[in-house]
Amino acid sequence: MIAAQRLAEWTSRAPEMEEDIALTNIALDQLGAARLLLSYAGELEGAGRDEDALAYLRDDREFRNVLLVELPNGDFAVTMAKLFFLAAYQLPLYTALAGCADERLAAIGAKARKESAYHLDHGALWVKRLGDGTEESHRRMQAAVDQVWPYTQELFAADPAAPVDPATLRSAFDETVGPVLTEATLTRPESAWAPGGGRAGVHTEHLSYLLAEMQVLHRAHPGARW
Amino acid sequence: MYGNDFSAPDDATGGGLLGEVEAAEAELRAAAARQRRGAPAPDEDLATYFDEVVGAEQKIEPRDWMPEAYRKTLIRQIAQHAHSEIIGMQPEGNWISRAPSLKRKAILLAKVQDEAGHGLYLYAAAETLGVSRDELVRLLLEGRQKYSSIFNYPTLTWADMGAIGWLVDGAAIVNQVPLCRCSYGPYARAMIRVCKEESFHQRQGYEILHTLAHGTPAQQAMAQDAVDRWWYPSLAMFGPPDGNSTHSAQSMAWKIKRFSNDDLRQRFVDMCVQQADILGLRIPDDDLRWNEERQAYDYTQPDYDELMRVISGDGPCNRERMAHRRAAYNDGAWVREAAAAYAAKRAEQKEKVAA
Repeated sequence: MIAAQRLAEWTSRAPEMEEDIALTNIALDQLGAARLLLSYAGELEGAGRDEDALAYLRDDREFRNVLLVELPNGDFAVTMAKLFFLAAYQLPLYTALAGCADERLAAIGAKARKESAYHLDHGALWVKRLGDGTEESHRRMQAAVDQVWPYTQELFAADPAAPVDPATLRSAFDETVGPVLTEATLTRPESAWAPGGGRAGVHTEHLSYLLAEMQVLHRAHPGARW
Repeated sequence: MYGNDFSAPDDATGGGLLGEVEAAEAELRAAAARQRRGAPAPDEDLATYFDEVVGAEQKIEPRDWMPEAYRKTLIRQIAQHAHSEIIGMQPEGNWISRAPSLKRKAILLAKVQDEAGHGLYLYAAAETLGVSRDELVRLLLEGRQKYSSIFNYPTLTWADMGAIGWLVDGAAIVNQVPLCRCSYGPYARAMIRVCKEESFHQRQGYEILHTLAHGTPAQQAMAQDAVDRWWYPSLAMFGPPDGNSTHSAQSMAWKIKRFSNDDLRQRFVDMCVQQADILGLRIPDDDLRWNEERQAYDYTQPDYDELMRVISGDGPCNRERMAHRRAAYNDGAWVREAAAAYAAKRAEQKEKVAA
């Protein structure tokens, strides 16, 4: 949901028209997956909240997204670093979910997995292009990787109670990310800093602004249909 | 379709126009299947040959000889059309982050994505006339080519997404459906595809307004306000009245254009009156009434002085729209350079491997 909101900010601002379409397309996929997951979460909760109630009427302390997706877009390199790392996590996640015991989750995983594979290809290609492009693009791509990397730690925080324990996805992520960074002539940062808290509703300062914008109209007209 | 689950209601919008698009498509196929007269004889006058092909409702294709003025007119018109799709992403893009439901957000994202696709498709059609997309984009950024005047108006409320779909896309379709029969093959084919999607967008806009007009009092007021603001700019989209239209006569003779600005505007008004009635919204024109004799609605003309001001750069958002486009282009320069450098390196490696 939050990743979709950030990607959609690129609409009509991308470096190329083809990229405008690609980013909007990925935003649409992420939004589609979010709607399925939120609707299902609302049903499981059984309190009558639908996807819109969950998206528009929760405050930032109630959002459970990882910090990575709420970070501002920055330049194109930062956006691509975020996209690439997220997809490298989501592909094995959705693949594992597709085989889980919960039928609804398995169906969502099966659908989202295909989309994630496309997102991963797209992100990896740009990381390589920028990393191994010009001096300027290399500098920016390395800076983006350095900036975003610490936030990938949170993706793999162990949660044995989850349908798929994120800790089990780490090796698949490393196997995907390592060779791409090498080919892109980029170095993997050594930072030990591992910001987290998103899953507990403790976010960066960015999320509240994102939600203020996203929710403003819905909240201004309580109970209205759109 | 396009990742959203919206299904169009069976209402009065767009249906007849979509039928016309399909008829034009069938006609295009029939024209292709008909034996087109062969290449011009060695001693035949090329201009006569061109006139004959156009006269026989056959399509001019990129490799055919064509009058230089025909080529230039088409480049100008198709490029302007492509620019409009690209600039047109902005007023609607303005509401993606604030769309009031996830379904509406998905629909709007898909729509803006379609517009970018239309832009690319139209640039490709223009390129068949021997001009490059880069060159056309440069002309746009330098302000030497125009885009539709309508996109210089601001989107102030969510209801504007409905009004743009219903009125702006509606006017665009009325304008573009005859272009599906345009004498230049690549443009006609592009228009068929574009019109089909536009027709879908128009229904979505209509649906947004319908929901608002049947919603809370605040939503109804929002819907009426949007229609009040977008009605005249939409009427002005058809261009100046016939008497003042510079390119019309020649374009009609070449079968690029099929109907006059005023004919199309009338057609649009007649279509909207009925739909506004179903919506329960008022068209902001006190003098709008049925004329039994003409079998059409009389209506108040838009302010053409305002249209001229907007076209010449002094509309509410002209500067912002261009600044936004230039910023996207300039900010992305290092990315495009990187992609080119990367591609060159890969090509070099391949050569080495081959050698």
